[in-house]
Amino acid sequence: MAKQRVVVVGGGLAGLAATMKLAEFGIPVELLSLVPVKRSHSVCAQGGINAVNHVTRALGDSEYKHFDDTVYGGAFLQHQPPVKEMCDWGERICDLMDRIGVMFNRTPEGHRDLRRFGGTLHKRTAFAGATTGQQLLYALDEQVRRWTAEGTVTLYEPWEFLGPVIDDRGYCRGVVAQDLHSMEMRAFRADAVVLATGGCGAVFGKSTNSILCTGAAGTRAFKAGARYANPEFIQVHPTAIPGADKDRLMSESARGEGGRVWVPRKPGDTRNPRDIPASERWYFLEERYPQYGNLVPRDIATREIFDVCVNLGLSVVQGAYCVYLDVTELPPTSLKKLGGIIEIYEKFQGVDPRVEPMRIFPSVHYTMGGLWCDYHKNDRTGGLTQASPRNHMTNIRGLFAIGEADYQYHGANRLGANSLLSCIFSGLLVAPGIDTWLHNLPAGSAADLPASLFDTAAAEHKTQENRLRNSRGPENPYTLHRELGQTMTASCTVVRYNRTIEQTLAKIDELNHRYQHLELSDDSQWTNQSLSFARALGDMLVLAQVIARSALLRDESRGSHFKPDCLIPPPKSDDPDEIHTEARRWCEAFRRQNDQWLKTTIATYRPGGTTLSYEAVDTSLIPPRPRTYGLVGAEVIEQMWRTMQQEQDKPSARAHDAK
Amino acid sequence: MAERRVKLKIRRQNGPGQASYWQDFDIPYEAQMNVISCLQRIAEIGRTARGEKVAPVAWECSCLEEVCGACTMIINGRVRQSCTALVDRLTKEEGEVIRLEPMTKFPVVRDLIVDRSRMFADLTKVKAWNPVDGYYDLGHPAPVSPEEQEIGYPLSRCMTCGCCLEACPQVSEPSGFIGPAAINQVALHNTHPTSKAIASQRLEVLMGPGGLSSCGNAQNCVKVCPKEIPLTESIARTGRAITTYACRKFFDR
Repeated sequence: MAKQRVVVVGGGLAGLAATMKLAEFGIPVELLSLVPVKRSHSVCAQGGINAVNHVTRALGDSEYKHFDDTVYGGAFLQHQPPVKEMCDWGERICDLMDRIGVMFNRTPEGHRDLRRFGGTLHKRTAFAGATTGQQLLYALDEQVRRWTAEGTVTLYEPWEFLGPVIDDRGYCRGVVAQDLHSMEMRAFRADAVVLATGGCGAVFGKSTNSILCTGAAGTRAFKAGARYANPEFIQVHPTAIPGADKDRLMSESARGEGGRVWVPRKPGDTRNPRDIPASERWYFLEERYPQYGNLVPRDIATREIFDVCVNLGLSVVQGAYCVYLDVTELPPTSLKKLGGIIEIYEKFQGVDPRVEPMRIFPSVHYTMGGLWCDYHKNDRTGGLTQASPRNHMTNIRGLFAIGEADYQYHGANRLGANSLLSCIFSGLLVAPGIDTWLHNLPAGSAADLPASLFDTAAAEHKTQENRLRNSRGPENPYTLHRELGQTMTASCTVVRYNRTIEQTLAKIDELNHRYQHLELSDDSQWTNQSLSFARALGDMLVLAQVIARSALLRDESRGSHFKPDCLIPPPKSDDPDEIHTEARRWCEAFRRQNDQWLKTTIATYRPGGTTLSYEAVDTSLIPPRPRTYGLVGAEVIEQMWRTMQQEQDKPSARAHDAK
Repeated sequence: MAERRVKLKIRRQNGPGQASYWQDFDIPYEAQMNVISCLQRIAEIGRTARGEKVAPVAWECSCLEEVCGACTMIINGRVRQSCTALVDRLTKEEGEVIRLEPMTKFPVVRDLIVDRSRMFADLTKVKAWNPVDGYYDLGHPAPVSPEEQEIGYPLSRCMTCGCCLEACPQVSEPSGFIGPAAINQVALHNTHPTSKAIASQRLEVLMGPGGLSSCGNAQNCVKVCPKEIPLTESIARTGRAITTYACRKFFDR
């Protein structure tokens, strides 16, 4: 049997972690990337990577608490075993990254320094200045270069994934891809394919994502039969700075180091923020959430900013959601740790955040949803069975999805600094499972298969490309993309109403129709960027429709999916007995909401239109509970929930109350 | 009042080895525009200033916030990242027309895209990686002091953008000089407590042809590095290390 090999698509943290681990197993890897791998979008991550550590343990922290913070932060939408396993591995992963040379900030004794991040009360986040993603990515890039020099890994940059090759038994046997300089198209045979292709911010036009984050690769797998999960869960980061070309992230670490979010108490206050005294500033996150303060999870921060700006009219920029993020009072040591992001603000806004508060706006940031993938639960530990090929395998045998491209770890909302962890974790986890897969492959090696399977697949993509090249009409792909971004941002970001989502679906239909009448302004056979863009636009239209339809159908508010029309009315009576009754009603409504909606949305592609279905979620380790984060005024809900839990455990107690 | 416009002059080239030619563009101004958004607008409009239909200008970019190193080009004669080249500042400080050209030290692929693969090949040459024992769990790593981190972190921000090679007068075909970026990676790895295990192998490479002795001390590199990496310090420190190593090697015979 010829040597088996693996194709990894995407060279970010997840793809590189998988590649280096596969190479360590001696498995040849072909790594395809749209850009030289150290330019992957992971490079933009700023704040840090989470893990329980010796400091937090001494203060009562544990991997279980990190697990709880993560599923609570995700509104319990994640399957719990993979999350538990990830949290259990956190410290070992940070140790590994440290060992390969990541320049983490240090304590005087030389250990990794730590900062606090959103959605937790513990300092779990290791960081390298304010450019942690960059240092992690470069360290993995260096390791993969070592394997490339040695011959186990071959890089294909810049190459674009066009689709998987699937044999007549439904096994993935490779990919079709294109060299973005020569435009050569060919098939790559593989015995396993790993998609580590990131998120889809470009579907929303402007976001904190890089230009290449179109979600096209995941969509191409989706169109080939891979199920997509929780597409409607899109994280809007509360603090970014808008620009003409993108929104630039202002890391949560600014708040982790002590930065404070505020607005002037007086609506329309036009004074320079430096001239507004503390008594006239409203630090609304600190006031509303005394425990978590400025470090409430992102969906909550974004919604509070929305409420303050839209409902209370306190935005500091008319017609936008804009508030102040103030680091002017931070000590020099903290400011130094934020060097990278302070630099970004200065370079793009021309203002020094050390002297004047930053103006920040929420922006699309992260894709919790992604390709559906499996996991192999370990019933003894409650986590995962290592080295199982079921971990991260999509419903297409031999096709795996990891990193932001999967849906596995973050549920309805991701905690800051958990993505760097989940990306590296999933890459390291998938490799031993693939090793097992290769040893047990029922149909031999892809290298031995007849050429016709691969030639046919490549020819189909060539035909599709020619159709795009020969398309004639008045439409311009860049204009269509701009319109797509505008409609998706208007209806599917911070706040969602069914009537506006329906307008967006109608608009997507219109854009799809106009897409058939595209004409490319570039007919070159060499380095044709508009061809690649126009092709990705077609995929973005498919994905946008899946996102919008899933959002339309999910009639509840959960994590980042916020529908004001579907909120359970909070208890507000002044009468103490009445408020208890209201709280009980709230908790019962919460239970009913979970019964109906605590499910994974599953999208299955059909040429006539996607079908949506729902799958149960494994919440067997930590039962769902109301997600209040210590909101002032919500204590009565927490008390009532505890009471109702006790009643459940002791049915006789409830009967006694009722007498 | 006339709508404000932005004028660009771009040196284009259809493919490797082909003749280059200039094209003029004239696009509507938008607040906070940078060179990237100008190129995006040009792609959408698809016409030159004279109204001639043309293919979009090809260029590389990704992060748009100066951490990935993709969008290097020569703007008004100076090599820099195009994402941080803000139109307001350029037109105020450097003239009404913005001139864009590809870097000259790398072969042109198309328009503003050049082939920088030699930079990555150089990282392989100098073994810019930590020769760890593997990725199994080997427990807590060796401590790294805050001083070591404060030296190492700035060096670790190199995004292989190519600005320093473009600006360096010693980087050319005949000299074969490896350039500041790779030497800086040697400086980084040779100070890391475990990566320095192969320090001498890296120094040997820099003692060969096109190595560190080709540095002419022009100090252009530090002036253009977008991450303000202390490149000349890295080069000086590595130069001293080579001298020490060469002497030790001589006396060890």
